[in-house]
Amino acid sequence: MLSRTFQRSRLMFRSTAVRLSALYILLFALCAAFLVFYVTAMSERLLAQQTQQAVQEEVTDIQRAYERGGINLLLRIMERRARQPGANLYVIAAPSGEILAGNVASLQPGVLEEEGWTEAPFRYEPFAGTGGPRFHLATANVVKLDNGLRIMIGRDLGDPSRFRGIVRRALMVALAIMGLGALVIWFGIGRNALKRIDRMSAASQKIMAGDLSQRLPVGRSGDEFDRLSDSLNAMLGRIERLNEGLRQVSDNIAHDLKTPLTRLRNKAADALDDDRSEVRRGALEGIIAESDQLIRTFNALLMISRVEAGSIAAEMSGVDLSAISADSAELYEPAAEEAGMTLATEIEPGLIVNGNRELIGQAIFNLLDNAIKYATEADGEPKITVRLARVDGFIRLSICDNGAGIPQKKRKEVVKRFVRLDESRSKPGTGLGLSLVEAVMELHGGALELSATKEDKADAPGLTATMVFPAPKL
Amino acid sequence: MQITPPHSASPPDSTDAKTVADAMVPHMKILVIEDDLEAAAYMTKAFREAGIVVDHASDGDSGLFMGTENTYDVMVIDRMLPRRDGLSVISELRKRSINTPVLILSALGQVDDRVTGLRAGGDDYLPKPYAFSELLARVEVLGRRKGTPEQDMVYRVGDLELDRLSHEVRRAGKEILLQPREFRLLEYLMKNAGQVVTRTMLLENVWDYHFDPQTNVIDVHVSRLRAKIEKDFDKPLLKTIRGAGYMVKDEG
Repeated sequence: MLSRTFQRSRLMFRSTAVRLSALYILLFALCAAFLVFYVTAMSERLLAQQTQQAVQEEVTDIQRAYERGGINLLLRIMERRARQPGANLYVIAAPSGEILAGNVASLQPGVLEEEGWTEAPFRYEPFAGTGGPRFHLATANVVKLDNGLRIMIGRDLGDPSRFRGIVRRALMVALAIMGLGALVIWFGIGRNALKRIDRMSAASQKIMAGDLSQRLPVGRSGDEFDRLSDSLNAMLGRIERLNEGLRQVSDNIAHDLKTPLTRLRNKAADALDDDRSEVRRGALEGIIAESDQLIRTFNALLMISRVEAGSIAAEMSGVDLSAISADSAELYEPAAEEAGMTLATEIEPGLIVNGNRELIGQAIFNLLDNAIKYATEADGEPKITVRLARVDGFIRLSICDNGAGIPQKKRKEVVKRFVRLDESRSKPGTGLGLSLVEAVMELHGGALELSATKEDKADAPGLTATMVFPAPKL
Repeated sequence: MQITPPHSASPPDSTDAKTVADAMVPHMKILVIEDDLEAAAYMTKAFREAGIVVDHASDGDSGLFMGTENTYDVMVIDRMLPRRDGLSVISELRKRSINTPVLILSALGQVDDRVTGLRAGGDDYLPKPYAFSELLARVEVLGRRKGTPEQDMVYRVGDLELDRLSHEVRRAGKEILLQPREFRLLEYLMKNAGQVVTRTMLLENVWDYHFDPQTNVIDVHVSRLRAKIEKDFDKPLLKTIRGAGYMVKDEG
């Protein structure tokens, strides 16, 4: 029980709110102490000044009375004044220091020696019956008369401990108020914050345990904690999506590489079974072709992930997109013709983008490969158009075909790795072409857009794949 | 360090390699610096079958030593090596004024690493994994490089003539009209006459793109060119080397 309390208090002191409250209390206390001492010092000085002034006036009065009426008048005035309630201190003393008259029983020795104001408060003993402690503090002015008598007029400063008591009480009250304030602050703000942080770490623990669908609690106030939770949640969302994507990709890889590997294995088994060298040779060639295709797939995968991760420190420079487009069209024109298609170009000259020529080239080649592969399904005369134009601050490079196109709802899908519309996989290809194009476009701060070449032609709308580049600032 | 014994060429069994070997300069001698012993053994065997003398070093330091002490026609250097990496071997060789053509092999991707490799003093770059036919074709072209003077203004193969200055192509005195790209294609093939040129090498040298063309785009260009230079003539000059690439050669 005791150790638990101890643990709890240790835990409490580890919390930021408690540490901050303690620090505040300390600072407040220092400030308060300074204030109290400053104020008391100032009022003491003011009081002392007023006392001195009053005493000074009386001294002047009494000296004048002495000059006018001699010792008798002086004695009378002093007697009268001494009897008034709450009066000042009045002493007439012999040159030897013996008190002749006045309202003081005894004085701290040596007070009467010096003329003028006493340097420091001194102790004196009033006549009995006034109550309180025996000795009081006082300050006084001593005047020597021409006949050697000394007159002392002073003022009682009261019980020496009284003033300190007041100061101490004020300090205690101030500290109590501050302690209470700190407690309120801690309960109101600190404990609240502490609890919210605890809730956040509890949620984080669950997430770390593997439940990526968990989210941090977000309050309604929109304060710093809520904003923090919000951004952490957004981050979690992104991680979850990436994770999901990764899982999907690895599933696809496993699935799509299993098939060619199985084919490879079967071919090798066939070659082993057959003794005829011709058959064996054919099988081995098939194995090599199959392996080459696998290697190509792996290379494409590696390339995509390197481009996506931005780890290709691709050297970006001003690239003549018009020239690349024309070159690519020229490179593919014979292949298109061979496949019974026409390849037309509508290329605006002199369009420059900031980019990597190799990557852009490979992306265009991929799109042209696709166009040649799929435009053949079109009825009528298969046609591919390479179109490059500057439109509204973007440079758009489109490869249009009039083939079967891609249905609207599948356009997002086909960009993913290994996704192919052709479920039977009868056409050659890795299913990675568009993924690479998209990755390249993202690296260039652009996008890949897929649309229909002719929306109204339901049977063969065609596909227009557009690489959208941000136009460089002129 | 592993030094393989000198040339012990036995006639290879594979017809692909045989076709290639026929085109060989006899006794080309190369140095392979590769730390993957299995890959090195495969490479050494295949090079020998193609009639090439191979020395092998398995780390950067011994590779540099052998490259400095002996004379080779070509060096094939893996980029990542123990003791001293491939690029450092190349720049050290160049510092010692050894200008033997170097082909860099690398498991690193193509786009950026190619540039750094060539900047370090390499002459050609081949990303792993590669087909051996590709490597062989490139090594042959590199080894032959010093034999083909760049300043030849007219290339001749059999009765085919290509004038680099006037951009005229004639066969048996008859002018053949070529598109600019077809001209460059033929120019590159004739510059490396008698040697296998792969599709990737054509894409690199004629179109200036450095990747593996995955479709038949290059083949279509070559067959168009072939139609132009072989139409009306009996003797074929532009041959397809199965599994490797193309070669321009006068069979005599």
